[in-house]
Amino acid sequence: MLLQHAAAGAAHPLSGSTAELLWLLPVLPLLGFIVNGLLSLTPAYHAGPADPSASPGADHFQATGASHHEEGEHAEADHAPVRHRFASIVSIVGPLVLVLSFALAASIFATMLGAGEIHTPFIQRYFSWMPAGDLNIEWAYQLDQLSVVMVLIITGVGTLIHIFSIGYMREDPGYPRYFAYLNLFVSFMLVLVLGASYPVMFIGWEGVGLCSYLLIGFWFSAKANADAGKKAFIVNRIGDFGFLVAIFLMYANLGALDFAGVAERSVQLTAGGSLVTAICLFLFLGCTGKSAQIPLYTWLPDAMAGPTPVSALIHAATMVTAGVYLVARSSFLFSLAPVAGLTVALIGGMTALFAATIGLKQWDIKKVLAYSTVSQLGYMFIAVGVGAYVAGIFHLATHAFFKALLFLGSGSVIYVMHQAYHHTHKHDDAQDMRNMGGLRRFMPVTFVLMWIATLAIAGIPIFAGFFSKDEILGAAFARAHESTLADASLLGVPGSAVLYAVYAMGLIAALLTAIYMTRMMLYTFHGENRTGEAERSHLGEAPWVMTGPLVVLAILSAFGGWLNLPAFFTDVLPVGKTASLDHWLEPVVGESALRITHGSSAHLSASTEYLLVGVAVAVAVTGILIAFARLKPSLLGTRTPAQSRASETGIERILANKYYVDEAYDAAIVNPTVQISRKLLWRGVDVGLIDGLFVNGSAWLARGLGLAGSWAQSGQVGTYAWAIVVGVLAVLGAFTVG
Amino acid sequence: MINEALFFSAVLFTIGVVGVLTRRNAIIIFMCVELMLNAVNLTFVAFSKLYGAAGQIFVIFVMTVAAAEAAVGLAIIISIFRHRETVNLQNINLLKG
Amino acid sequence: MREFLASLSYNNWILPALLILPLVGVAAIYLVPAPRHAGAATLDDFAGHGTARWITLVTFVAEFVLSLGLWWSFESGSAGWQAVVDRGWISEWGARFTVGIDGISLFMVLLTTLIMPLSVLGGWTSIRTKVRGYYALLLVLTTGMIGVFVALDLLLFYVMWEVMLVPMYFIIGIWGGERRIYASLKFFIYTMVGSLLMLVAILYLWTATGSSTFNYDQILAAASLGDRGITVLGTFLPASLLLFGAFFLAFAVKVPMFPFHTWLPDAHVEAPTAGSVILAAIMLKMGTYGFLRFAMPLFPDAAMTPWVRTTILVLAVIGIVYGALVAMVQPDFKKLIAYSSVSHLGFVMLGIFALTVQSVQGSLMVMINHGISTGALFLLVGMVYERRHTRMIDSYGGIARVMPMFAVFLTVVSLSSIGLPGTNGFIGEFLVLIGSFPSSPYLTIIAATGVIFAAAYLLWAIQRILFNPLDNPENKRLPDLNRRELLIMGVLTVLIVWLGVYPAPVLRRMETSANKFVETVERGASVRPAPRAVSLEGR
Repeated sequence: MLLQHAAAGAAHPLSGSTAELLWLLPVLPLLGFIVNGLLSLTPAYHAGPADPSASPGADHFQATGASHHEEGEHAEADHAPVRHRFASIVSIVGPLVLVLSFALAASIFATMLGAGEIHTPFIQRYFSWMPAGDLNIEWAYQLDQLSVVMVLIITGVGTLIHIFSIGYMREDPGYPRYFAYLNLFVSFMLVLVLGASYPVMFIGWEGVGLCSYLLIGFWFSAKANADAGKKAFIVNRIGDFGFLVAIFLMYANLGALDFAGVAERSVQLTAGGSLVTAICLFLFLGCTGKSAQIPLYTWLPDAMAGPTPVSALIHAATMVTAGVYLVARSSFLFSLAPVAGLTVALIGGMTALFAATIGLKQWDIKKVLAYSTVSQLGYMFIAVGVGAYVAGIFHLATHAFFKALLFLGSGSVIYVMHQAYHHTHKHDDAQDMRNMGGLRRFMPVTFVLMWIATLAIAGIPIFAGFFSKDEILGAAFARAHESTLADASLLGVPGSAVLYAVYAMGLIAALLTAIYMTRMMLYTFHGENRTGEAERSHLGEAPWVMTGPLVVLAILSAFGGWLNLPAFFTDVLPVGKTASLDHWLEPVVGESALRITHGSSAHLSASTEYLLVGVAVAVAVTGILIAFARLKPSLLGTRTPAQSRASETGIERILANKYYVDEAYDAAIVNPTVQISRKLLWRGVDVGLIDGLFVNGSAWLARGLGLAGSWAQSGQVGTYAWAIVVGVLAVLGAFTVG
Repeated sequence: MINEALFFSAVLFTIGVVGVLTRRNAIIIFMCVELMLNAVNLTFVAFSKLYGAAGQIFVIFVMTVAAAEAAVGLAIIISIFRHRETVNLQNINLLKG
Repeated sequence: MREFLASLSYNNWILPALLILPLVGVAAIYLVPAPRHAGAATLDDFAGHGTARWITLVTFVAEFVLSLGLWWSFESGSAGWQAVVDRGWISEWGARFTVGIDGISLFMVLLTTLIMPLSVLGGWTSIRTKVRGYYALLLVLTTGMIGVFVALDLLLFYVMWEVMLVPMYFIIGIWGGERRIYASLKFFIYTMVGSLLMLVAILYLWTATGSSTFNYDQILAAASLGDRGITVLGTFLPASLLLFGAFFLAFAVKVPMFPFHTWLPDAHVEAPTAGSVILAAIMLKMGTYGFLRFAMPLFPDAAMTPWVRTTILVLAVIGIVYGALVAMVQPDFKKLIAYSSVSHLGFVMLGIFALTVQSVQGSLMVMINHGISTGALFLLVGMVYERRHTRMIDSYGGIARVMPMFAVFLTVVSLSSIGLPGTNGFIGEFLVLIGSFPSSPYLTIIAATGVIFAAAYLLWAIQRILFNPLDNPENKRLPDLNRRELLIMGVLTVLIVWLGVYPAPVLRRMETSANKFVETVERGASVRPAPRAVSLEGR
């Protein structure tokens, strides 16, 4: 029972502190959204009187984004860059609200640190949102150790990305619109993590999906971008459907929808019963949508159509991790459903491996990172699936640091490439790694920072990713040995076997991660430069407003592991506190985690642990070495992208085409749905059957009867007379006979 | 005596009906209608021998109406002929919907 | 506010005033002499009768302002009728002029008075022929619609039901598009088929209850039809079932429920903007309102007969999914919205027949939200149609660049229609689904897939209209929304957000009536309340 005290009405240690200002956290970015949104509705710049043809607003949505390279937009891209006339106001308002939010979050965090042990969440109820009968959903926020971690990540990384965006989006005519969307996103994301009940969380859940939709399709004048946004929204909606059904199941069976109430009543549920398993699996369906897991991951790579800082914030650091947060938040349910936990872990492992293989053969620098994100999210789901909730959140945090850094770094690269192409009026793809090469000479700072992130994601010791990834793999291995999951079985396969398989998948994925990340660095920064003579002179480091946030993120990527140092590390190198995140999150997820491990702390023996760590490090180093040994960027120098694509065969071609999953979905689901709707339902049932046969059919029947009648009305008096005579005779005859 | 009279009037009436049904010329149809009227008159007169004078009074009425009808009917036929140059009923179907 | 209204004895005159005011407007339109202009005869007096629309607008705004008082004068906790007015009418038959409102009709009246001025503004410049007649018909239509929602006398209800039918027939038939005659006839005959059966049923009730009255409450109290009925082919058909069938047909056509919906796409597409808006926003609600007010409380045992109820629930769910799928493939934006209405009204029917407080309140919310959102969608289509003279989705593309304000509003309204949390659309659908889930979980899950398809058809449509390359030269010079249009959409957008974020005042006002409805039907059908839990495991 997590929440007895809240029900008892005793004053919470946080009441009266800055935590009372919780409501302000989402409201601040919302204000930013309103201001920037209103500014965005003004025309980009004055159309001078000399230009009578320019209608107001006509140039407002010009698509001249940094990564914009579709055919047909070049005429505009070649225009002199246009700064929105309110750009300076926006540059202040947009990031400022984030800074304020972060400052508030930090002070709340400090208050919580100072308040000592807090065992119950701090719940603030604002107003009744949906009162209907015995259902009363309140607009309420919940502050606890888990949500404050999420809030800090969102506002912290969010602030850095906002600042980066000032430089990256500088010359975009949609500048205020961009910041409006970004502010709105942060606002919804904070509602998501602060919501005290599933429905309030769902507001944020769908709200961030909306912002993702708007930002992916930010340069909407290209069909591909608009398609990608739409796809993201619809695929997410499939997941949201699962979330909704889970809410219905909870309300119908538990009669509560707030986290506290559900947690309290979840003890009534049969552990391992079909009901709690169904709830968890439906919740997880929601996660597969939002967090891009198999089978709903396909939207995330397409989402790279959006501006690169958006990919960093939404599609790497925050929104896509919402699913992990949801599982951790619902740990009281998932810990009761071992089958659901196994499913989560298995899907996570499969996704980690699957996406990593695709990442091996992508040439678009952002696509590599996108598949890497899908893969890393898989790791997080392994963690929360096996009940290592802290490890999941830990990896969520470190991933937010190094993946944001990677995305922003790639953003700098794309920005610089684009600037160079812009100067020379060349229309090559600024995101294709085959056009880069040797950038370390021109962008040394970015080069170093990106390598830090690469080592972090690959899992090289002392960098952040090493600790979090190792903890996940260790947890999976440990749970395979002894836990409720190991005792359960998934589709007839014993849980321990499933978990060992998951561990193996995670390990192979780690190897592949090291390979594809090194490959990305090799093709981008190492070797000969392939941009071309004229462009080379325009290459250089991005402005400091962009590089600055990278430095901060690099520090976090390097030392983020200090958040949760494992005992085996501090035993050797006593540089910090052991397992601080573990202790911090213990009140929220501790009980659930213990339930899965049969109450033991589930630590492996020291020797096994050292062995596992050794294997993991060896795998990561091997991956990097393989990449250095096997990949030869210099061979690429003479070949155009088209030629190199044509040379791919067999497995390479399948990987480059992402296993043709998109094509398969189109052929199996999308097209049949549209065709059935059009040909069978609309033309067949609606127009043909109902309207044709029944409605117009009855009209034709009536008209037919009328025609038959009017045919008799010939107007020939003689005919009528005949009819009269025949009729009279018939009547007479009838009487005579009768 | 009554049987012969009724038989004769039935014959006259049938001739009239057949004439109306088979002929095309409006004048002839018109005369056939008169024939049917007179057949009825004959029946009335014949029955008046059995049931009193009421039948004869009906005959007077019928003859009066027939005379008026003849006047109006012939006038209509003449005006149709003036318009259409024909009194063939097949060509006159203004009633057709 | 309530004291102030009481000092005006507001409740004693407001409903008759709302019914009479539009008729005064009609008189004004015809009494105010039209200034003669040169050429007015050929352009069919548009220039001459600009006054008509001003009179209409002023009337509607006055009507709206007057009706707003109902919001404050309404007492949320009271289950009885409010603002009742009862006068003699046709005493020989026992028909009286009885009007009143409860938590259900309150919002229908407010929705009507809100939508009418907006629809006049929306078609401000598009009606150029027979102007006086058009606005006079709109006014008469308003009387009919408000009459339907406030009538507490079955004959009065029937009269009002027919009163609103005729003006809409002419509005579609005279000011409509190319196939207006077909559409208006279809609309008229479809509706008449149902409503004549309803008249028969009303007359039967009049005789069967024995008290020779059309009064709603008295019929409701006396409506135990015993074991009356007829035997057809050896099957006994109870009278209540037949009467329910008659009411069902009348209302199901109006809703429209699958498979009685095919008049709707034609009527919507051919009607002028204001006609489409009124049809979608208000007239469709009369069907569902009829179920809530008449068909179910009067014949609860028939409505709750298991096979009847299941059939209707299944039809409702078919409507949700089918409407959405068919909407997805429509090339004509107005038709797309029409089919989306079939889908949304399916949610309403699901909620009504699921018969829990949440689902009924949800249904009422969907009715309001659909009125606002779909009304707004039709208004937006009308705005862009006036500029470009086509409704075909493929004729557009990329116009967000030339019409940014239009893009903002179309996006917001579409999101509301999709049911995004934080907009009004979510509240209704969520309550319907969560309320229906305990009693019919599988149907509810199927219905919930409607949220996926809704996203698919609307986002696909707005992508093809607003986004994608701006490659059609005809679209490059489209002017953005003017102030009149911004005003309309601004009002609706405020409502969309308000009802999405803080719907509690609305929900509280309807809660008592929704409760009463559920209790009445449950008591009448003597069905047990729906089970609280799904038996996924044998608890």
